[in-house]
Amino acid sequence: MGVVLRIRRDHVDAIVAHARRDHPDEACGVIAGPDDGRDTPERYIPMVNAARSPTFYEFDSGDLLKLYREMAANDETPVVIYHSHTATEAYPSRTDIAFASEPFAHYVLVSTRSGDVADFRSYRIVEGEVTEEPVEIVGEAGAESPAIRLGPDVTPVESYMFANTGSDDVPDA
Amino acid sequence: MAVTVSIPTILRTHTGGEKAVEADGKTVAQVIDDIEARHGGLKDRLVKDEKLHRFVNVYVNDEDVRFVGGLDAEVTDGDTVTILPAVAGGMR
Repeated sequence: MGVVLRIRRDHVDAIVAHARRDHPDEACGVIAGPDDGRDTPERYIPMVNAARSPTFYEFDSGDLLKLYREMAANDETPVVIYHSHTATEAYPSRTDIAFASEPFAHYVLVSTRSGDVADFRSYRIVEGEVTEEPVEIVGEAGAESPAIRLGPDVTPVESYMFANTGSDDVPDA
Repeated sequence: MAVTVSIPTILRTHTGGEKAVEADGKTVAQVIDDIEARHGGLKDRLVKDEKLHRFVNVYVNDEDVRFVGGLDAEVTDGDTVTILPAVAGGMR
């Protein structure tokens, strides 16, 4: 499991474009990759935000089942799970942390609160503990690439701190 | 005699790493109780105050059980019960 998100430029562009398109509602989706431990996001899958809300997102339950069946059939795992915040910073909210249940996924947060530059940041969320990780983009920005700003320099960490704050400590959404 | 229950990654610590387990029961609640009897700890992750936890989705075959009776949803031999954590969150 990497402590850096390595992600292709076209995937970054697609995520930010999706977030801009759905603004002011939150946008969400997945990049699946082979379940081989290489931690490589390959198949971009935008999802419908069933909540259609500026403050909440949820994969439609039928779409979720279809997605996980597809990934199981392809021996894939959700390498990246992304969503946007449209009025606040690109940092996991209490609700994000309470719901996060893929300890091996990179949780990508995009903020579209600025119309000019989208913040693009990545986190691990394990047992209620959030760890930001560096984002390494593979490939050069093209003429059509949206403007993004990565997080502050993040020092890769060798291990994770496990806090005793479980999902039960957070009120139901 | 049994249904197959598909277990998500985060709950496999409660099934000895197994991706799927067999269980008996006529309802989703009975299936969960049957798994709990052999793999302790799972029920707490799924059920709260006698209702399915907000953070988890349970399906009988293709049907989200929230729409067909929740924990009382019926299962029959050969059905597949799939447990998936909801993918959700947001600013609020």
